[in-house]
Amino acid sequence: MVTTTALEAELLALAGSVPDPELPVLTLAELGVLRGVQLTAPGRVEVLLTPTYTGCPAIEAMSADIERVLHDHGIPEVEVRTVLSPPWTTDAITAEGRRKLAEFGIAPPRPTGPAGGPVAVDLTLRCPHCGSTDTTLLSRFSSTACKALRRCESCREPFDHFKEL
Amino acid sequence: MNITATPALPLGDDALILSHRLGEWAGHAPVLEEEVALANIALDLLGQARILLSLAGDEDELAYLREERQFRNLQLVEQPNGDFAHTIARQLYFSTYQELLFNHLAATDSELAPLAGKAVKEVAYHRDHAHQWTLRLGDGTDESRTRMQRAVDALWRYTGELFEPVEGLETVPWAALHDSWAARITSTLEQATLTVPEGPRHGAWTAGAGRQGLHTEPFGRMLAEMQHLHRSHPGATW
Repeated sequence: MVTTTALEAELLALAGSVPDPELPVLTLAELGVLRGVQLTAPGRVEVLLTPTYTGCPAIEAMSADIERVLHDHGIPEVEVRTVLSPPWTTDAITAEGRRKLAEFGIAPPRPTGPAGGPVAVDLTLRCPHCGSTDTTLLSRFSSTACKALRRCESCREPFDHFKEL
Repeated sequence: MNITATPALPLGDDALILSHRLGEWAGHAPVLEEEVALANIALDLLGQARILLSLAGDEDELAYLREERQFRNLQLVEQPNGDFAHTIARQLYFSTYQELLFNHLAATDSELAPLAGKAVKEVAYHRDHAHQWTLRLGDGTDESRTRMQRAVDALWRYTGELFEPVEGLETVPWAALHDSWAARITSTLEQATLTVPEGPRHGAWTAGAGRQGLHTEPFGRMLAEMQHLHRSHPGATW
């Protein structure tokens, strides 16, 4: 592990404050996709970013937003590098991130437990609108790759579920 | 065009071609949820393809400027969508294969390991999607059962190729992978009250040569559509 300087910590916090382009209630830090910020030369910074899904198109917008924020903070050269390993998991979403998701009407992911193996999809999930656990799966794939579509049988509202990965 | 010799090329071609085939469902899927599901699976596969093809060369050149015989994808993934049952049968065969292969690769020190470890978690959802639909259609109405059986039978002959050794992946235990695949497919089909196909999977004139660059007749037309825009307007941007 490379030692982090005060400036790097400051830049990491700044990059981490960028909102997710598809779920703007979450910051990149809360989503858990920032892997580090390193000062490679004076005025030159490398940012390590990991995608939520392999084909996630938001990664390009995230990179552009990080570059802009760090440029505005006086860093002329910013390189955002994508890293795949270790793979991102929904366990990387912070407690605050989960709270915000639920508040936004998206059921947060459940803990995935030990890595490997298919994720169980038949456990109950709480409706983010009324809190009922009587919900059913409508589709494993929803508005984005990271979500499934469910319906609450109590309040009859459909809702997104950030599915476990 | 510079093409690096790497197993990322055949595996990247599988992902690219299947992604394109699934994308053809946009605007045609039976229900909105399935339209979205197939597009999401296509997007995951496109993500895999971009990373894998970038290990072999320039992703755009490889996707848009190669001729038919330079593609190394399995013949299974280039098969036309057919009816919804055909698409589900193709998904069942391929995602089961991909999950087993990526699970193996993720635990190696291969250059493919990071992508395999990342993608295998997504592929588990693809396989579950295909598994659930196979059950629903197989154990459904007479019509859906007939169509699902017809689909798994029709694509069966393309499944032998899945387990033929790939250059650069000599350490993959192909025979063991095949046995796991066969056990899973058998379990799903039996649960769906379908009959496991018995036809030949090796040696027929069509099946098994995609990795060598020999493709089936519909592939050329698919490529023409996929490559048309890039070839007609080189360097075009949004």
